[in-house]
Amino acid sequence: MPLRIVVLTKPVPDPAAAAERLGADGRLDRAASPAVINGNDEYTLEASLKLVEAHGGEVTLLSMAPPSGLETMRKGLAMGAHRGVLVTDPALAGSDQGSTIQVLAAALRGLEYDLVLAGFDTSDGVGGVVGAAIASLLKLPYLSSAAKIEPDPDAGTVRVRRISPTGFDLLEAPMPALIVGTQLLGEPRYPSLKGIMAARSKEVVTKSLADLELDAKVVGGAASRSKVTGTTKPPARGATTVVRGTPEEGAKAIADLLASRRLI
Amino acid sequence: MTGPRSIGYRLTEEQVLLRDTIRQLAFEQIAPRAAEIDRSGEFPEDIRQLLASQDVLALPYPAEHGGLGADLLTQCLAIEAIAHACVTSSLILSVQALASLPLLLGGSKEQHARFFPNLASGKTLAAFALTEPEAGSDAAALRTRAVRDGDDYRVTGTKRFITNGSVAGLITVFAVTNPDAKRHQRISAFAVEVPAEGFKVARLEHKLGIRGSPTAELTFDEVRVPAANLIGAEGDGWKLALATLDRSRPGIAAQAVGIAQGALDVAAQYARERKQFGQRIGEFQMIQAMLADMDARTEAARQLTYKAATEVEAGAHDGTRWASVAKLIAGDTAMAVTTDAVQVLGGYGYTDDYPVERMMRDAKITQLYEGTQQIQRLVIARALLGKAE
Repeated sequence: MPLRIVVLTKPVPDPAAAAERLGADGRLDRAASPAVINGNDEYTLEASLKLVEAHGGEVTLLSMAPPSGLETMRKGLAMGAHRGVLVTDPALAGSDQGSTIQVLAAALRGLEYDLVLAGFDTSDGVGGVVGAAIASLLKLPYLSSAAKIEPDPDAGTVRVRRISPTGFDLLEAPMPALIVGTQLLGEPRYPSLKGIMAARSKEVVTKSLADLELDAKVVGGAASRSKVTGTTKPPARGATTVVRGTPEEGAKAIADLLASRRLI
Repeated sequence: MTGPRSIGYRLTEEQVLLRDTIRQLAFEQIAPRAAEIDRSGEFPEDIRQLLASQDVLALPYPAEHGGLGADLLTQCLAIEAIAHACVTSSLILSVQALASLPLLLGGSKEQHARFFPNLASGKTLAAFALTEPEAGSDAAALRTRAVRDGDDYRVTGTKRFITNGSVAGLITVFAVTNPDAKRHQRISAFAVEVPAEGFKVARLEHKLGIRGSPTAELTFDEVRVPAANLIGAEGDGWKLALATLDRSRPGIAAQAVGIAQGALDVAAQYARERKQFGQRIGEFQMIQAMLADMDARTEAARQLTYKAATEVEAGAHDGTRWASVAKLIAGDTAMAVTTDAVQVLGGYGYTDDYPVERMMRDAKITQLYEGTQQIQRLVIARALLGKAE
């Protein structure tokens, strides 16, 4: 039995570009910095690609983003995902997490899947609640903090190793299920250049709020229930001490420093 | 908007994704190896495997033979992205493309099917053997002979400064087939599969830069090459060599742009962090001016290179001039920018604690190979003034 996996992928400002800028409303100015796939989503995408390589099946990317989200999605397609669904609508600008959850859940209702995979959190909002809330809304089994995902398509079940402070818990649930992954799933691959060339011919369906039969009064920026009341910059980093030398010298210098601060 | 509009002056979405992917690959996997490759002077077999596994070496070849059929600009983007981290590593792609060009331009369908799949997969590396001890800038003066003998040719002679000559399995060799013909019709090109009896790697050069890229002297002593491996017709060699250089020089320009950008990035980062006289040295206008000039020159060289690649690809009548103009400007830019990067880093830049001294050494080769800067000027002047002959 082939697996049908939907991976939630969010375009976020490239953390490496270090050009994040806030607009006048205190919200992130998404046009100011180049967008990339959220780092944690690349780990869940990698896990999905490995799963369909082992079991057969297809990986669909699902994003809610401005139209430029299409470009970001191409990278996921180049990595090996089979198709994409992009929910985009001018009314979605300024959406809060509540709206995002409603919209992604509505998009998932229109898709057939055995597994939905979400990253641990996103590097821009760092909310980390979207996956759990979608599972709740769609009444899907919710398996969080996954370090390993082992579906049994014939039995229609999935096992997940959930990391815990002492090791891991073994969870099992019927499919379809929603899984939130961690970076322990394994390093994401690079898109192969053949994959990049092939990405052009892969299908990306664009959906508006109307397509999802959602009302801009209920979801989107206008319906946002969270407001940005103020912003502050994180405190500047203190002076940095660079230790050069052999690993032994480095270890000793670090141990001495920690000892001098009475931390060890 | 009304009136004439330009199309295609920006990179396509696909080219940007490809460039960014190779840039990430270079940053994460190649840059950490660059210093060690330089220090050891050993060919980076691991990087060859990496480039092969990511299809980077497939770029120049047609899709029907396992390649990606990338245009020249796309190949330049890839070379630039790798050279940004490590010039030696970028040469693996540059030379694979260079050595395959005579086959691409003049080879038969049968030869394409026979050679390209292994070249595209990176299983076989290729080398380009034109230069000889007595035939450098005056390449047409070569002495290597190929004498017809039944279904074979027997090739005898010495080739010098052959990049990847010691690791290649296929060598494109230029040799004189008809010594009595006119100067430019004496030469033919052959795809020589090695190892072969009579073929020897005589020695490897010790070089100032690109130290992990093996530069070999090759000797051929009556090496038998099947006539089926003659590229094009007898006497096509010189024409093929020139057409090859038109297409390969933008790649060297791209390599130079990559080196310049790599050095600029290190210098800018250093200027942001290094403090002297109680402030970051980037606050000093003398440093700012240097960095700004480095950036402007690098960008100018980059755009010229992209334009040259596009013109050559389109088969422009003055493609030869474009290729030489780009290589001349980009090579000089790489040399100037890397030298200035060392200056920005001061004494530290002169040590191998930082990569800029390596980049400065590596930059020099872009002023020398695939035609010295003097040869580029000769080509440009000929295009301007008409040929003397």
